[in-house]
Amino acid sequence: MSFFGFGQSADIDIVLNDAETRKKAEHKTEDGRKDKYFLFYDGETVSGKVNVTLKYPGKRLEHNGIKIEFVGQIELYYDRGNHHEFVSLVKDLARPGELTQSQTFDFEFTHVEKPYESYTGQNVKLRYFLRATVSRRLNDISKELEIVVHTLSSYPELNSSIKMEVGIEDCLHIEFEYNKSKYHLKDVIVGKIYFLLVRIKIKHMEIDIIKRETTGTGPNVYHENDTIAKYEIMDGAPVRGESIPIRLFLAGYEMTPSMRDINKKYSVRYYLNLVLIDEEERRYFKQQVQMLLHDWLAVHLSCCFIMFLDAQHQREFQNLPIMS
Amino acid sequence: MADTIADTRRLFSKPQNLNDAYGPPSNFLEIDVSNPETIGVGRTRYTTYEVRLKTNLPIFKLKESSVRRRYSDFEWLRAELERESKVVVPPLPGKALFRQLPFRGDDGIFDDSFVEERRQSLEQFLNKVAGHPLAQNERCLHMFLQDESLDKTYTPSKIRQA
Repeated sequence: MSFFGFGQSADIDIVLNDAETRKKAEHKTEDGRKDKYFLFYDGETVSGKVNVTLKYPGKRLEHNGIKIEFVGQIELYYDRGNHHEFVSLVKDLARPGELTQSQTFDFEFTHVEKPYESYTGQNVKLRYFLRATVSRRLNDISKELEIVVHTLSSYPELNSSIKMEVGIEDCLHIEFEYNKSKYHLKDVIVGKIYFLLVRIKIKHMEIDIIKRETTGTGPNVYHENDTIAKYEIMDGAPVRGESIPIRLFLAGYEMTPSMRDINKKYSVRYYLNLVLIDEEERRYFKQQVQMLLHDWLAVHLSCCFIMFLDAQHQREFQNLPIMS
Repeated sequence: MADTIADTRRLFSKPQNLNDAYGPPSNFLEIDVSNPETIGVGRTRYTTYEVRLKTNLPIFKLKESSVRRRYSDFEWLRAELERESKVVVPPLPGKALFRQLPFRGDDGIFDDSFVEERRQSLEQFLNKVAGHPLAQNERCLHMFLQDESLDKTYTPSKIRQA
């Protein structure tokens, strides 16, 4: 019947029961826009109504069943065909039959598990959504309502500071200190760089925040690095005994919590790079891993060497071991 | 937690020793390339430059030194550094072979403005290279800068702190 344009069709609308009271959160879409979506947490019930409105009142709508699904899925951009669903719940709203008038169906998914945080990245996307479908012989009618999920973590009991001495033997020795090892997304990194030995001609010093998104496993691992921030903390040549303060407000940068091996599909880590640049544009840097837990960013110590990078040719090589 | 105001006070640091603050810095290194002189006569003439170094870096045996070097000596140094170290060595000013052709209107490679241009370039080259911590470990650099003459049959080696 639909071939001739006289077929009945319907519009579907999904409305949450707590739409008035539930908070909305901003989330980036794949094309970079920021939209607001209803915010849910793990374990919360998702309930509401599905309104099926007939396009042509008076005409029947034949269907093969009406259902609503709650889906949590991971989508790798290089493998779009395969969505990996880690949460998939279904509620049948109507058995196959026909609708003679517009109708509303109630649904409730009780205490739904939402183990991971919603994430839109460079090569991977994790999303949750409700999908209501009116099945028909030739073509289904469906509607999706996207929601956003945040994970929670508690204030860490232990949040010790980090202090470390690094350098290039006989050339440059510094001691850096950061006030915490775990930071939250609106936190401030307070620290200092103390110069113990300066035999090179330093021009300036900066802190870079690098986001690394890792997708794939085994031989197909792919790292996407993105410099989120470059923040100059010193301009000029320091001498021995000088202390340079660091105060970096994280709220100004677009960051997500750190994610570790989500469903064995991807990870998101943040790195703090301390970079010194000398008069000939040579770069010396110390890299550390930070991990952001939900709303918390943990600074981890990782590889303990200073890397020596020639800015002109971007070559990297290890140098002499550090002192500590 | 995000509602409380973060404590952004500076971390404690030791007050700096005044000798450290106002004394000579530990990174003093100055290299000058100057006083070009043409040696010899006729076809076998060549130009030498004075390479003067002043430093307080412990890795240099002499705190002050002065040697004379010619362009091919710089070429030798560059080749040694490229081969022996991981340093990405900056380029030298060109060989200017075209200036060595006959029937030129000017003095060729002994032309004052050419020599001055070359002198400046060579000075830039040395300052860039000598300040590189990895290049400072190479025997060839120290020989070039501070030994009276170059022993091109030397055995390449690494220098540790004096």
